[in-house]
Amino acid sequence: MSDLDPRSVGAAVAQRAGFLEPLILKAGKTLASYELVYETYGKLNADRSNAILVCHALSGSHHVAGFYADDPKKVGWWDNLIGPGKAIDTDRFFVIGVNNIGGCHGSTGPASIDRATGKPYGAAFPVVTVEDWVVSQARLMDRLGITKLAGAIGGSLGGMQALQWTLTFPDRIGHAFVIAAAPRLSTQNIAFNDVARQAIVSDPDFHGGNFYAHKAVPARGLKLARMLGHITYLSEDMLMEKFGRVLKRSELGFNYDVEFEIESYLRYQGDKFAQVFDANTYLLMTKALDYFDPAKESGGNLARALSAARAGFFVASFKSDWRFPPQRSRELVKALVASKKAVTYAEIDAPHGHDAFLLDDARYHQLIAAYVDNIATEIGVGDRAAPLQLAKGEIEEMSAYASERGGA
Amino acid sequence: MQRYDYDLIASWIPERSRVLDLGCGDGVLMAGLAATNAAVGYGIEIDDGNVLASVKNGVNVLQTDIESGLASFEDNSFDFVILSQTLQAMRNAESVLNEMLRVGREGIVTFPNFGYWRHRLDILRGRMPESKALPYKWYDTPNIHLCTVKDFEDLCVTVGAEILDERVLHEGRTVSILPNLLGSLGVFRFRRKP
Repeated sequence: MSDLDPRSVGAAVAQRAGFLEPLILKAGKTLASYELVYETYGKLNADRSNAILVCHALSGSHHVAGFYADDPKKVGWWDNLIGPGKAIDTDRFFVIGVNNIGGCHGSTGPASIDRATGKPYGAAFPVVTVEDWVVSQARLMDRLGITKLAGAIGGSLGGMQALQWTLTFPDRIGHAFVIAAAPRLSTQNIAFNDVARQAIVSDPDFHGGNFYAHKAVPARGLKLARMLGHITYLSEDMLMEKFGRVLKRSELGFNYDVEFEIESYLRYQGDKFAQVFDANTYLLMTKALDYFDPAKESGGNLARALSAARAGFFVASFKSDWRFPPQRSRELVKALVASKKAVTYAEIDAPHGHDAFLLDDARYHQLIAAYVDNIATEIGVGDRAAPLQLAKGEIEEMSAYASERGGA
Repeated sequence: MQRYDYDLIASWIPERSRVLDLGCGDGVLMAGLAATNAAVGYGIEIDDGNVLASVKNGVNVLQTDIESGLASFEDNSFDFVILSQTLQAMRNAESVLNEMLRVGREGIVTFPNFGYWRHRLDILRGRMPESKALPYKWYDTPNIHLCTVKDFEDLCVTVGAEILDERVLHEGRTVSILPNLLGSLGVFRFRRKP
């Protein structure tokens, strides 16, 4: 990717906003002050109506599109969707990516210095929820002069935030894209999250969450958490197709070294992740997932919980996603219909499992593009300058791994 | 394909009705009803290309299989449930009709009339019918449950539907003489017998 790529937003610049107004959290605690890092792409129009907020999932960040001038390989995690002429067309829309509170990409989180103590928060960092994030995101929108979002989009945990926007701020959002998400986690999903958390907290280097003071990193626990998560984000068919039962060496070793390609792949992914991600953030993100349950305050009646929403909804799921399967999206759609909301639902036949929401799939991106074009018409920002060009030839993570290792 | 049934359907639907269009195709009917009748509601469609076309036409489309997906709709949650030229492709036409009666206050079904004289003539000649209304080869057709106007009247009795309006069209015109012979498109409006 380079400056010459007409379909890239180009070099992105992370910005920082400080908030001195305390944030009262759902947990009952208060964050006295906090900072959010964010990036923006495209231009906010005169009537400030063309903003689309991108909400990240468990391991995402504010770096959604483009690349960094000093690190051109660091391409935004949703760059295949966002850019000039892409599905979310930055020629017409002002797109905002923000790192959530509790994250580890620059916004105030467990590794940040607590002004009260002069030390990293560590275990003292409060558990934050999807609702808390949405409030903090709205304050950032205030700062940017955006009264109402044209839309908010996210996959997985990000989709939950887009959904929550329609409930917390029904008048401040036009459309919510809730992709590969669920109105609340299943028992199985909470179970997976807890195994991941146990892997982290049982690592001796975790030190009860205060590992910064010990100059330690619970890398083994975080690696295991990521390996487990990664398996659940991919479909069985995909794993089979990519790795099969291929061995690293020609014969069985009859020992416990790395033997199968899949073992090598997962360990590599786990190690890579543990080097860059914060263990406390991982714990916090999984808790935010577990706690999300907008129907809870309506006695479990999701349709009633959604009645406050005024946005239009674009809901999508992927047939091969078994972590957030279509059935969970259908529950949301059923409640939205019962609540008489405007909703479009697509069930996309992509083979990649949960990760499909991040990947480049023509059917999926065409649908988002068509829906975004309708929003453009609604808010009067005109037609596409050129016909939609679908991303092609983008390197998927697994193929990248394969090439790094000289072929799978 | 020219959809001669759309104008008639639109004439039956009062303003601001809640409408569910089963097998909405490219969404043109729903988009039209929204524009001219201020109708609100959803199109149901299974095909990827049609779902995209419906979104492009500004229709709230839900990608669901009609034959398994209607269970998620509540009783009497729509004023009209429309099944336009789709009944003949349903595996279980009877249960779809029952679901329509459950979900909607009224149902509208349109279908190619197998009793149309050209179809009968083809059969007399010893061939499976092919026409503008049935533009498929017998071995490559989505249509698995074809019926005549009289057959559909019988099915309405079987499922306890009261027919409120019944027209047989040919190329947009209502056929009043020998409709089951001279008309190629059956259009029925019905409700559950009170």
